[in-house]
Amino acid sequence: MKDFLNDWGITAMVFLPLVGAVVMMLIPKAEEELHKTLALVTSLGVAVIGALLALNFDWDKSAELQFVVDKSWIEVIKARFTVGVDGIAMPLILLTLLVVPLVIIYSWNHFPDPVNPKAFLILILVLDTGMLGSFVAQDLILFFVFFEIVLLPMYFMIGVWGGEERQYASIKFFLYTLFGSALMIVSFLALFFVAGAQTFNMTELAALVQSSEVARTTQILIFGGMFIGFGIKVPMFPFHTWLPDAHTQAPTQGSVILAAVLLKLGTYGFVRIALPILPDGARWWAPIIGGLACVGIIYGALACLAQTDMKRLIAFSSVAHMGYVMLGIATLTDFGINAAIFGMVAHGLITGMLFFVAGSLKERFHTLEISRLGGLLKQAPHMGWVLGFTAMASLGLPGLAGFWGEFPAILSAYNPAPGLSVGLFRFYMFVAALGTVLAAGYLLWLYQRTAFGSPKDEFAHEHVHDVGTAEWIAWLPMLVLIVLLGFLPVIIFGMTSDAVEVLAQALAG
Amino acid sequence: MIATLLAQAPQLPFEAPVVDFHALAPQIVLVAFVAVILVVDVIKLEDAKRFIPGLTGLAMLASLVPVISLALHGADRSLFGGAFVVDNVSLVLQAMFLLAGYVVTLLSSNYLAEGDFWESEFYLMLLSSMLGMVVMCSARDLVTIFVALELLSIPAYLMASWEKRNLRSNEAGLKYYLMGVFASALMLYGMSLLFGITGSTLLTEIGASIAEAESSTPIVTLAIVLVVVGFGFKVSAVPFHTWAPDTYEGAPTPVTAFLAVASKAAGFVALVQLVFVGFLGRTDVVEPLMWALAAASMTVGNLIALRQTNVVRLLAYSGIAQAGFMLAPFAVSATNAADALTAVVSYLLIYAAMNLGAFAVVIAVSRKTQSGEISSMGGLFGYAPGLTVAMTICLASLAGIPPLGGWFAKFVVFRALTAADTPAGYVLAIVVALNSVIAFYYYGLVLKAMWFSPEPHGDSTPIKVPVSLVSALAITIAATVLFGVFPGLIGHFTGNLGGLLSFAGG
Repeated sequence: MKDFLNDWGITAMVFLPLVGAVVMMLIPKAEEELHKTLALVTSLGVAVIGALLALNFDWDKSAELQFVVDKSWIEVIKARFTVGVDGIAMPLILLTLLVVPLVIIYSWNHFPDPVNPKAFLILILVLDTGMLGSFVAQDLILFFVFFEIVLLPMYFMIGVWGGEERQYASIKFFLYTLFGSALMIVSFLALFFVAGAQTFNMTELAALVQSSEVARTTQILIFGGMFIGFGIKVPMFPFHTWLPDAHTQAPTQGSVILAAVLLKLGTYGFVRIALPILPDGARWWAPIIGGLACVGIIYGALACLAQTDMKRLIAFSSVAHMGYVMLGIATLTDFGINAAIFGMVAHGLITGMLFFVAGSLKERFHTLEISRLGGLLKQAPHMGWVLGFTAMASLGLPGLAGFWGEFPAILSAYNPAPGLSVGLFRFYMFVAALGTVLAAGYLLWLYQRTAFGSPKDEFAHEHVHDVGTAEWIAWLPMLVLIVLLGFLPVIIFGMTSDAVEVLAQALAG
Repeated sequence: MIATLLAQAPQLPFEAPVVDFHALAPQIVLVAFVAVILVVDVIKLEDAKRFIPGLTGLAMLASLVPVISLALHGADRSLFGGAFVVDNVSLVLQAMFLLAGYVVTLLSSNYLAEGDFWESEFYLMLLSSMLGMVVMCSARDLVTIFVALELLSIPAYLMASWEKRNLRSNEAGLKYYLMGVFASALMLYGMSLLFGITGSTLLTEIGASIAEAESSTPIVTLAIVLVVVGFGFKVSAVPFHTWAPDTYEGAPTPVTAFLAVASKAAGFVALVQLVFVGFLGRTDVVEPLMWALAAASMTVGNLIALRQTNVVRLLAYSGIAQAGFMLAPFAVSATNAADALTAVVSYLLIYAAMNLGAFAVVIAVSRKTQSGEISSMGGLFGYAPGLTVAMTICLASLAGIPPLGGWFAKFVVFRALTAADTPAGYVLAIVVALNSVIAFYYYGLVLKAMWFSPEPHGDSTPIKVPVSLVSALAITIAATVLFGVFPGLIGHFTGNLGGLLSFAGG
């Protein structure tokens, strides 16, 4: 068993969804139940392999890559099929493994128009491969390929199954991300040649850049290319404008995957690639990243206050939350980066949950205009409580997962890594703390307008279904985890801290 | 008078040149099939139509056999005093042309049989043009290059105007012809200057001669510029691209596919040989010239493509932009010769597969819609999901999205540019990066129509795709996907092209 996992575990986990997708392609479209079952079984199979990997993971050595596979792939450009998992990647892989089956369960009888479960589920499975592949890749070119595989399925998911403005939103999403990745690949190549490398292996490149002392200016320029590539994906202010459109227009399932996992590819890219390989570049860019993160926090929060559409509001709240993650990363300390990774997982669970609820509301009321909603607690009390609970988690209430993403990130800015301006980061800390107040403001106001009071006249006499079975199955694991991680944050911190410590030492120079 | 002249001529005994027939076998096979088809057509007249597409396809595959045997044999061969060379570059490209020709034959057979066309003669033209291309792969001499170029171009002019009673097709042929002749004239002028200065038509000797210091005269510069400009027309680089959209739109679509892939590739093959064997000594001329052509082609091609409503015109402008991507490695041809050469050849192979695939889908769809407008492809996902996925693969590959072939093509270009480690190289790499983003927008327009829009007339009867088109699609899509997932395949063919450069060095 252990041998199998060592040699094939990761490969099987990453490519099993693709196998499922190919099988589904061969089955006629009319067999809808079969398609749903197959997709669910595949994603659960992937989750089982992932769980076995996690169980066999040697937690005492979580700073090291485990289950490493290093096979020849593209000889001619020296790119290799190198995959492995360490403590930084593990939480995000587990998050992906959890979210994908839940999304498929939620889809069971919630397929958006034009239904077509076959195509929809195939796209989700392809996404699964792309996301997992990005988190395990240890070779820059392999990472790039997986990073890009994610684009097309999401493009089609938004464009085919999305809302009114879906065509605009889908192409905007695509062009923004493609722009980022085009600059990213140029910087990867520049790095390869400037360092005189013989491999795209991330660990070896990091060591090589250290020893060969690549000039600081060069590092700064290359980091700039990566910054744009990953920053668009996060998204950081001012590259965030694709996000509200994409989230608002995407079908519920698309929004959930986008919020829960896809955005993390950007922040993960910073932690996995940009910081360890280019520490000098990172130190130069850190104040800028921190500043933009703070702008994002405040701007996102203010934009939330102005939204009239619930889904758009949640989308802007993502901009603000990812701002905390980026602030944590910008401090370049192990405290901040641990908080950032926790923030990624927490944001994935909480915002994913918010999008689930928003999707269910949209299905019942056919609108998400906040002014038309109201009295949810009266009409569908369970859903009202779930929304309230998630909103509390999102605003960072202690005892729930959201708190451990935000609070340590803010705190870490008090003591940034040596070499960074303490005064500036303490100012950032102040701004970010202000953001939490605003977050409480817009979330509570949202909750008050949608859940309190009595239903508006147009819906007053309609019978509204409360949370259904498929919804409970999809939501409960996430709700439980939000509480669990809130009480036992050590679950995530324990996974990441060793690996992050190694990274932070490298950053401290 | 004549007698006295003859008497002055050196009295050398006649020596028959040693001809390596194995090296010439691909060309000989093609010539033999041209003759056979001609005879079959003359004898069987109308009945011949049934055999000739099959014979043409067979011709392409049959001449692949000696290509493969030569490749297995390994050693480079040089004939006719170095004017005709068979090396790795030449073999890889010959194989590409023959397979592309085979796919074009598959694309043409139903199209011609169902339309009002002369059939047998078409295949004769196709094979003759193919012969020119296969010769071009081995031509290392100005005269051989020119003869090969004319041999591949003249049948193409005819094929472009093959739809005799269609004004657009006539216009296509005429424009292509006039521009082509103009370009040939420029090129010949440049070649004559080169011959005048260097006293040789052999590229290796020209290369050695212009690398010397005193050769940096304006005349050499002018000659190089003229020759490159001449081929600039052939590969439809901006600002010599104006014929391409009209010709592509007017010509019968299989011919367009042929022009866009094979004919353009032939222009690149000639450029590869001229630049990497002949002109490497004068990088001060070649690199800036190619830099400008590449940047202009991709930017202008992409920007105009954004406004197109016809899918064939869109592919024409996308082809201009793709030509820009392929020209980009030439801009670092001297600083980083090996990578640049690999990049161009790899791009050509992948481009052939993905672009032919896109044309195959366009031909299949227009069998039903009788239209080339993008809007006519609306709702394709609803009634022809297979074709939609095929087109999506081709367009996404053209846009350079992993894991499809196009990403590796773009990647090797990036690699060549960044590995040169010059400011010009980095700037061009960023221009390429920005352009590949712009390009996705118009490929996205087609995707959008197919996936998101409803069928414009509400007619959702499925499309009957003939076997020949299905096979053409299968070949091209398989190649596009395989090249993307296992780029090592391409690397296997293009990783060892140094033989060509050793001529330049020597």
